[in-house]
Amino acid sequence: MNIGILALQGDFEMHARMIKKLGHTPVFVRYAHELNSCDKLIIPGGESTTMLKLIEKNSLRSDLLDFGRSRAVMGTCAGLIVLSREAGDLPHPSLNLIDLEVTRNAYGRQIDSFVDTIVFEADGQQMEVEGVFIRAPKISKLGPDVQPLAYHEREVVMAANDHILAATFHPELTDDVRIHEYFINKIG
Amino acid sequence: MLDKEFLVKVGLAEMLKGGVIMDVTNADQAKIAEDAGAVAVMALERIPADIRAQGGVARMSNPKLIKDIMATVSIPVMAKCRIGHFAEAQVLQSLGVDFIDESEVLTPADEANHIWKHDFKVPFVCGARDLGEALRRIAEGAALIRTKGEAGSGNIVEAVRHMRAVQKEIRRIQSLPDEELMSYAKNLGAPLDLVRYIKENGKLPVPNFSAGGIATPADAALMMQLGAETNFVGSGIFKSEDPAERAKAIVLATTHYDDPDIVAKASEGLGEAMPGLEMSSIPEEEMLQKRGW
Repeated sequence: MNIGILALQGDFEMHARMIKKLGHTPVFVRYAHELNSCDKLIIPGGESTTMLKLIEKNSLRSDLLDFGRSRAVMGTCAGLIVLSREAGDLPHPSLNLIDLEVTRNAYGRQIDSFVDTIVFEADGQQMEVEGVFIRAPKISKLGPDVQPLAYHEREVVMAANDHILAATFHPELTDDVRIHEYFINKIG
Repeated sequence: MLDKEFLVKVGLAEMLKGGVIMDVTNADQAKIAEDAGAVAVMALERIPADIRAQGGVARMSNPKLIKDIMATVSIPVMAKCRIGHFAEAQVLQSLGVDFIDESEVLTPADEANHIWKHDFKVPFVCGARDLGEALRRIAEGAALIRTKGEAGSGNIVEAVRHMRAVQKEIRRIQSLPDEELMSYAKNLGAPLDLVRYIKENGKLPVPNFSAGGIATPADAALMMQLGAETNFVGSGIFKSEDPAERAKAIVLATTHYDDPDIVAKASEGLGEAMPGLEMSSIPEEEMLQKRGW
């Protein structure tokens, strides 16, 4: 499969590494036409304010919305903010492709960033996964069509609707491919 | 996988990739930088061009200034401490800055030793002119390297020299047989395990950004094509005629570094760039890049 990765800013190369590990082809997306060849899309970690500005500057908003209404999209950290319905004071509105309310930098500053075990629930099974939280946001409210998929100390840190998967942490920074695998095989 | 504490530090550096980190000296400039799309700001009292012009001892900035800037923007805030001045670094960590730059732009506090950065929870970025210097800093705990260039010069030549030096040594190590690695490590003055990492992976174990001399969108595109993963822009923005527009243009040129049409468009109608200095006009003892080892 061709997995697009929005490559305007952030850790898009870390996602590409995971996609290659899983035997799929990463496609870096900077322009709208590059979405055409993609089966699914990832919006990486990075700075959400910078990413939203570059989405506007490159007139990508409507194409990302079209893509996200018909095909599967995963967002991690800043990517989750970009996909959410509401995430506080941003330079441009987020895409509202998944009904999540998000609080940015909710754990504090970099000194409060951490790695800890999270519980990932899929197909009736529970798995332990290392969650890397970097100046991470928190999900403050899930819409009725959104399923929680992973927890850190009872807080939802990953959730999905029919075809959008969003995580507050960075599965791409570890060597564990299970979350990317889940996105590719089960979402959309 | 890196050990957890180091992964969290390098993780933030990964998030800053493909972006521009801008020097700012007050909250208003920080806002301009954030609005222009900076991925982080560097809070300091004087930008390098002014430090160079005014002389005297350059120290860590006033905590009040750093706190004002932290309160104004939501992007990460970095701040500089003097080389070897671990007490300044402790203060910066207690303020909650997101990254500490142990920087040659400030007057060194220790001529022999850099900070033992593993002792800190906040990640450090350090400058380097070549691979040996980069690996020494990484061994001390730096989570991010920036090639030094010549800060405050508005001249890209030193940034290019240092980036090419690092890349060239990486390529060299990749071509060496194992039995030559120890001797190469000795000559570089770098730990053997990191030299072996370079041979296996063809890159530094932490991100490598560029600094020191970027003044135009084309400078930014040049450094990205030479292998920089993000650009630090110091004096280049707020010493230019129209900082807000130049900041936006440098952000765009960094994202689309391989698309000359976009770099061309971003460069149009920007007003004057900062005045630049010919390297030969800077006396040897005033070269900032020579600080640290």
